[in-house]
Amino acid sequence: MAQTLKTTPLHQLHISLGAKMVEFAGYDMPVQYPLGVMKEHLHTREKAGLFDVSHMGQAVIVAETHEAAAKALETLVPGEIQKLGIGRQRLTVLLNDSGGILDDLMVSRPDTDGRLNIVVNGACKEDDYAYLDARLPAGAKLERFDNRGLLALQGPMASEVLTKFAPEAAALKFMRFAEIAIGDITAVVTRGGYTGEDGFEISTWADDTQKLAKLLLEDDRVEPIGLGARDSLRLEAGMCLYGHDLNPEISPVEGNIAFTIGKRRRAEGGFAGATRILRELADGPSRLRVGLLPAGRAPAREGAEIQSTDGVVIGVVTSGGFGPSVGGPVAMGYVETEHAATGTDIQLIVRGKALPARIADMPFIPHRYFRG
Amino acid sequence: MTVMYTKDHEWVRADGDIYVVGISAHAAEQLGDVVFVELPDVGKTFNKGDDMAVVESVKAASDVYAPISGEIVEVNTAVVDEPAKINEDAMGAAWFVKIRPSNKAEIDEMMDEAAYKDFAENS
Repeated sequence: MAQTLKTTPLHQLHISLGAKMVEFAGYDMPVQYPLGVMKEHLHTREKAGLFDVSHMGQAVIVAETHEAAAKALETLVPGEIQKLGIGRQRLTVLLNDSGGILDDLMVSRPDTDGRLNIVVNGACKEDDYAYLDARLPAGAKLERFDNRGLLALQGPMASEVLTKFAPEAAALKFMRFAEIAIGDITAVVTRGGYTGEDGFEISTWADDTQKLAKLLLEDDRVEPIGLGARDSLRLEAGMCLYGHDLNPEISPVEGNIAFTIGKRRRAEGGFAGATRILRELADGPSRLRVGLLPAGRAPAREGAEIQSTDGVVIGVVTSGGFGPSVGGPVAMGYVETEHAATGTDIQLIVRGKALPARIADMPFIPHRYFRG
Repeated sequence: MTVMYTKDHEWVRADGDIYVVGISAHAAEQLGDVVFVELPDVGKTFNKGDDMAVVESVKAASDVYAPISGEIVEVNTAVVDEPAKINEDAMGAAWFVKIRPSNKAEIDEMMDEAAYKDFAENS
């Protein structure tokens, strides 16, 4: 089976670092290194962690002008793309005609006119590309960047480490990007990430990705971090994992990521699924993604039923586990909106037992982005 | 003291008439950092192979099965309070429960140290 899995440019490096490899999104990926999930997680929050996210899909939407590219993409996403500034990145969602989320994606605007770079989830990329190919209006087309690798350097020391090699990176603010030379490697560096910490996502030609990873790992403050800690870090940061917390049935309003819907878009509509999404914005959704904080020590995991204190089923856990930085269990899930207020007492059904918990604000660990 | 193992990575060791039960160091290493343990109540009885306890790492929950049939006579609350002990001393201080066996013949069907080592390395 292993030979049918795809590999990233860092595959040999993962093996040589002693990673435990698992299948993820069709790739043979490191779930953890010898340090282990707990220490990898804590190291990232304390110093800096290096993640291989080369399985994610990098592509570009090309049209005659920025306006044409933005208008084309805006038919399928609810974000404000026309007014996206050069050098800026934005999170948005790819929608089906029912207003359900096919993927969450980053969109960024380089200074070459008529191009919009996108980064989509690895597990969704083939479907996303097929959907974009089929649905982008005439005059806009998708080009894949299958020959690029992607690294994330995350944590409070990420900036000190990267700026040793690329001083220009220091000035980048959250959700902005620039083409920057890191040593002799040409990279597109974006400030942001999936941990809630300050950090960068660094796109390079695949041929350079391993060299860049080795360069960053030479710094004693940097440890390689696997998918296990990536998941616990994003959960504590309150961020969604597609396929778990978001799926084609769930709208961005229900997903509690209505910030991905631009102000002008709310007034104008004109995107796939707009009827439902605008109705939910006006009337409120029937269910909502919320944080869940168990009172005891037992983690409640994906699939656990959420009940009101009188035993009525009101929702389901979509991500849950132990938060190493929280020092206890944390979860998120969907509940009927009338039960979604922060502080509401609920119970989570774990192995047949009702465990007391409450609706909690997210993130569980405050974000520490660099906003300049 | 002879330690015997199951294919599900539990161990048992005789302590007079009762048996001390835990999970193997190999299993603890495979689980990674243990963050939560749920043990059965004293007095509860199990058949061999029943779900008896739960261990959870950051990533996942795993069932621990009763390696032998019998009654729980004592549980190790220290591992409940400090699950990380399982990663430090799975074969010693981090035992799970003590069982009064109802069928001692079950122990003869288990693997000894050498057989388990061979099994764990090749599974």
